[in-house]
Amino acid sequence: MKLRGIPTFVFAAAAALLFFRLPFLVFEKAPLDYMLYINQKIFYYHVPAAMMMFLAVFVCGVASVLFLVKRDPKFDDVALAAGDLVVTFGLIVLVTGPIWAKAAWGVPWVWEARLTQSLLLWMIFVAYALVRRYGGAGSERLASGLALFGMVNVPMVYFAVNFWKTQHPTNKVVPNLRGAMLSVFGTATLSYFLLFLVLLSVRLAVGRGQRRLAAAHDLAVENGHLD
Amino acid sequence: MSFLRHAAQLAWKDLRVEFRTREIVYMMLFFAAVVVLIFSFAFVAPAEEGPAQVARTMTDPASGATVMAPKNREVLPNVAAGILWIAVTFSGTLGLGRAFDRERENDTMRALLLAPIDRGAVFLGKALGITMFMLMVEAAVVPLVALLFDAPIHRHPGELAALLALVTVGFATVGSVFAATLMRSRAREVLLSVMLYPVIIPALIAGSKGTSAIWMDPSELTVAHFWIKFLIVFDAIFVMVALWAFESLVVE
Amino acid sequence: MATSAPAPGFHEVQARGLTKLYGRHRALGGVDLTLRAGSLCALLGPNGAGKSTLLGILSTLVRPTSGKVAFAADGRELEPREVRAAIGVLAHEPMVYAELSAVENLLFFGRLYDVADVTRRSAELLDEVGLDAEARVRPARTYSRGMLQRVSLARALLHQPRLLLLDEPFTGLDRAGAQALARTLAAAKRDGRIVLVVSHDLEAIAELCDHVVVLKRGKIVHDEPRDAPFGPAALKQTYLRFTE
Repeated sequence: MKLRGIPTFVFAAAAALLFFRLPFLVFEKAPLDYMLYINQKIFYYHVPAAMMMFLAVFVCGVASVLFLVKRDPKFDDVALAAGDLVVTFGLIVLVTGPIWAKAAWGVPWVWEARLTQSLLLWMIFVAYALVRRYGGAGSERLASGLALFGMVNVPMVYFAVNFWKTQHPTNKVVPNLRGAMLSVFGTATLSYFLLFLVLLSVRLAVGRGQRRLAAAHDLAVENGHLD
Repeated sequence: MSFLRHAAQLAWKDLRVEFRTREIVYMMLFFAAVVVLIFSFAFVAPAEEGPAQVARTMTDPASGATVMAPKNREVLPNVAAGILWIAVTFSGTLGLGRAFDRERENDTMRALLLAPIDRGAVFLGKALGITMFMLMVEAAVVPLVALLFDAPIHRHPGELAALLALVTVGFATVGSVFAATLMRSRAREVLLSVMLYPVIIPALIAGSKGTSAIWMDPSELTVAHFWIKFLIVFDAIFVMVALWAFESLVVE
Repeated sequence: MATSAPAPGFHEVQARGLTKLYGRHRALGGVDLTLRAGSLCALLGPNGAGKSTLLGILSTLVRPTSGKVAFAADGRELEPREVRAAIGVLAHEPMVYAELSAVENLLFFGRLYDVADVTRRSAELLDEVGLDAEARVRPARTYSRGMLQRVSLARALLHQPRLLLLDEPFTGLDRAGAQALARTLAAAKRDGRIVLVVSHDLEAIAELCDHVVVLKRGKIVHDEPRDAPFGPAALKQTYLRFTE
């Protein structure tokens, strides 16, 4: 086994343990929300997932920019992996969100600023995945452009929530957490972050492996060892 | 500044070429009109109510019987505004695709990229051209929507014009970047829609909500002004990103 | 043929270590090439050898994955826009607007290239390439293939480029057109310009070509600059020897 795989393995083990522990923390350690009671607890799964989704957006966006400037395929690999993670974590957000919304507001979905923009951001990166798979030649460049514009969209989500009075909890909730809620939230975030790292490195490894395999194949064909 | 001069030369060339055939503008116009008609059929009430009224029933508080609700002035502005912007978007995508197809025909885009001008000027010129085509089409579609939905287009024309112009600029900006990048791509028509719509929807929402705010009775000007400000920020950011990214995206 | 002083600028083009990867496909693998003023280089090779890619890199439209092209003049490296101002490209597509006439096309491009006295220069060039006065004011979509090639050549020469890149320029030309093109290329050589031609039509360039480069599977397999033109026999021989 290569030494390189060890950090990923350690992170994966740590993440697994934390996720196993998390429900206990959420239900026993974290206090009951005075308005929503148990329904609020989905917050510990929803918000960190959203944070990871945005993190993935920035990683993909920055990697895309670096790729466009330097044209180093390593950056493209990172962008590809991060792009897939936006879709994955976004899916978690879009599933847990409506569950919470139905409990809190009575309806699973409302067309207000942050929800709409988050859905759109997710869709931009679904489009990213489509472009990567079906874009044909030059799809790395195409997708990089899309990721760049997607990343730039994010500040607008943030500010729209503040300028426009909305139903969605504002940006003020997380910074004001205290006590047990804060520590459980911290654990949840850490679990998600470790998961993010694990998924990113695994996806990266797969992507790189594919690229190297293809290059080796071409080299073999060129030298006449294969047809 | 030669940058602006070159962009203007390119845009003027696009206009000249277009005026020889008027192909793009006519097609866009027709398609926008068709879209408006298709969507308005979805909202046409029974004949006695007249066209473009949303038929609704309610319980009369006095008698408890079910009666027709008075013409609901709250629903119409949203419907009309939404349809306007859908029509603009779809026809805009059509025009965008066709405009860049023209540069593909004789590979003139390559000639533009070979020229000793700032590549950003190539982008700006194309975006300006498309903006103008779209504004021309909007000049006809807005009255059409007003006609079919009895929308008050005379109200706050300044705000309405600002919304139209700002959304169009944003659409043309992002659209030109993506369409140019897609020029050599096999699946470019499909991919243009796939890539463009999610990115541009915030601007469309802003345009739609701003327009319906103006067409409400009474007009909600503060809402409209909010959306105009939002669009100014949106356009400013995306134009800057486009100017920076265009060259990297278009050079292989 | 009007000879004009060559544009001030580079006297040679040096490409070093050019590699281009398109995803997993390696179009060019470490190409070194030097092109000199007053020389016409024939770039030969089978389909898929990477000739178009090399041309793309030399014309600055394609960024090499690694390697560099140096356009050095007076010891200073030129800015990308200066380089583009000194390059003329004639490709398979005519690169002219179908709805505009030849004159309008040349005026448009002339303005982008800041060509001095563009109206007169356009008229002169159109005379040289042999596009008659009646045709040159018609929209380009009414032109035959040969006429389009002529306008395209005029467009490529409009700004007196230092480096001329031509990709299959003789296709679609009749005898008169081919002769006119050959004369233009000879004049370009005399003016000290650098000319690179990709062509399957060996006979057409044989009397002009004094440098042969053969590209195969993205690598240069033969690079032979001479002092005098190859001539048809030698050119054909060289081509056959290295492309089998």
